[in-house]
Amino acid sequence: MDRQGTAHLAAERAGDRLRVTLGGAWDIRHPRPGIDGVLSQLSAATPPARVEFESSGLGKFDSTLISCLLQLARGASERGVEFDFASLPEGVDDLLEMALAVPEKRDASGGVTEVSFFSRVGSASLAMVDGLFDLFSFIGECLFAFGRLFTGRARFRRRDMWVTMQECGAEALPIVSLINLLIGMILAFVGSQQLGSMGANLFVANLVALAMTREMASIMTGIIMSGRTGAAFAAQLGSMKTNQEIDALRTFGFSAVDFLVLPRMLALIVMMPLLTIYASVVGMVGGLLVGMLTGLTFQQYFDQTMRALDFTSCAIGVGKSIVFGVIIAAAGCLRGMQCGNSSSAVGTAATAAVVTAITAIIAADCLFAVLLSILGI
Amino acid sequence: MATGDTAGEAHVEVRDLTMAYGSFVLMRDLNFTVRRGDVFIIMGGSGCGKSTLLRHMIGLKEPARGEVLYGGESFTAAPPGRREQMVRNFGVMYQSGALWTSMTLAENVALPLEQYTDLSKREVRDIVAYKLALVGLSGFEDFYPADISGGMNKRAGLARAMALDPEILFFDEPSAGLDPLSAKRLDDLILHLAESLGSTVVVVTHELASIFAIGTNSVFLDVESRTMAASGDPGQLRDRSPREDVRLFLNRGVADGKSFPNGAPAATNGGDRGDRDRPAGPPDR
Ligand SMILES: Nc1ncnc2c1ncn2[C@@H]1O[C@H](COP(=O)(O)OP(=O)(O)OP(=O)(O)O)[C@@H](O)[C@H]1O
Ligand SMILES: [Mg+2]
Repeated sequence: MDRQGTAHLAAERAGDRLRVTLGGAWDIRHPRPGIDGVLSQLSAATPPARVEFESSGLGKFDSTLISCLLQLARGASERGVEFDFASLPEGVDDLLEMALAVPEKRDASGGVTEVSFFSRVGSASLAMVDGLFDLFSFIGECLFAFGRLFTGRARFRRRDMWVTMQECGAEALPIVSLINLLIGMILAFVGSQQLGSMGANLFVANLVALAMTREMASIMTGIIMSGRTGAAFAAQLGSMKTNQEIDALRTFGFSAVDFLVLPRMLALIVMMPLLTIYASVVGMVGGLLVGMLTGLTFQQYFDQTMRALDFTSCAIGVGKSIVFGVIIAAAGCLRGMQCGNSSSAVGTAATAAVVTAITAIIAADCLFAVLLSILGI
Repeated sequence: MATGDTAGEAHVEVRDLTMAYGSFVLMRDLNFTVRRGDVFIIMGGSGCGKSTLLRHMIGLKEPARGEVLYGGESFTAAPPGRREQMVRNFGVMYQSGALWTSMTLAENVALPLEQYTDLSKREVRDIVAYKLALVGLSGFEDFYPADISGGMNKRAGLARAMALDPEILFFDEPSAGLDPLSAKRLDDLILHLAESLGSTVVVVTHELASIFAIGTNSVFLDVESRTMAASGDPGQLRDRSPREDVRLFLNRGVADGKSFPNGAPAATNGGDRGDRDRPAGPPDR
């Protein structure tokens, strides 16, 4: 028989024995035979009592042969057929016995099992309940943390707060400027098309001023910060969790909420209103640019804007931005703390943080709109 | 179960502890006591749940059943505030170091000092320098964890664990991944600390050299029966344990005695090595 030829494997029944002939060179880079034929012979109507091997034609072999034999050995032991290790060539039987020494882990969780529709619905609902429970206990912990903050017992590094403020304040200015400038310009364009046709072009200034201060500045800044800072928070906390850094905080008796969530939340509570005020101004500058393009003078636009601005709409915008800041920090930190223990989980956490934050911001804004209209403000 | 130990009263007691991940029960009915001043070894085959047991003891995971007591007080049942206080007496060194990556080594060690003591900045700096020097990391104060090697991370983790001179130190595989000399040095350091500070030490390890060199008491987790197979002085377990698998584990230096049922790879005379490495310390420890 050719020891260099292609790998082959044949099974032949001799009485109550199954004689398996191995031959050729088994090489991971070349094709090799399947074992289904042999397995089907093992489960024949009258199964053999014993599997033996004939390997005089066997040339070089590598792991492909062993993995093949491992399947056979497992199949044989499942069907109660004796497997003759001794008839295998030297080296093969050692490796095989080593692979079989520790039984396959079957009882552990994580096995793939067929689940019915109802059990899937059930476990999805349970997961939802768990998620809600997580959310509420997180909110509760944050409230306690703020309680400790006001009584001066919260432990965190002040430096973390300053660094976060810088990251989510000063460093966010360029993107906040760009987006809000464009939003102001868009509002002015749309407004001047409608108002200009009625000869009321000057009122573009009112439109832009009110829309920016009341709605757009806080919403747009909130969305930008969700993508920028919320995702960053989730990724930071997620990788800290993966690296056991949060465990290390806990075993030093530090509360992870005090230590990680408080400084981030405080930073956003301070920076979001400032960014929103800045964003309103930038938006109005955008409106001014478009207004001047459509024939208004600087002085006209400026005076009209000053007449349109009132304290209430500015206060509403700023008030909302504080709420949005809390939402962004909470979503980022919650998703980060819920992160699993792998690097892909960190990415998932960051995405989830952005989705959660934007959804919650829009929902909160809607709630504000309803409340304010009921109150008639 | 009790061995020749006479020193100290119970420091940590683990009672009827059952550990589970969801419905997968890892170990059940663990019962053992760590006495004050013990160097207590948690051993067993890879993946049998040693790190998980450690996580239960330091409160990072809740028992499925049973409880853990410190100085007679239940840690498992303690309210969160009390737990935080109890935890401050712990020093924990994690398998990977788990340093806070956004801080330098000096800041890592300094943080607990700054938060829990009223030492001046200068004093904190001196203590930090001393602790880092102890683990052989003088001059690395301003390095970030990402800029030093894995073994150095581990040692810095030890320095951080010791920052507050805790009553009890927990180590997860302190010498894994270190070269033999550093591993020996770390073992010596642990022994030295335990003696000079009077700390209790709980170590997860399967390095035989360490087990015999530093261990005064131990528990052996058995992956087959899902419970503890033995506990007591590791040297005595090696020679006199009624369980064959425990003697096999301690005599051969093969992580899981059952992996090689035919006794193929390792020679069987590894037992001598432990005796040689054993310090000539007082036998009552
Ligand atoms: N988060 C988890 N979810 C489910 N099962 C887990 C989880 N973490 C660990 N396990 C299981 O628990 C078992 C014990 O893990 P553990 O890390 O405690 O082992 P170990 O004894 O420390 O091992 P090693 O010596 O290799 O560090 C493993 O078999 C693993 O499958
Ligand atoms: Mg481990």
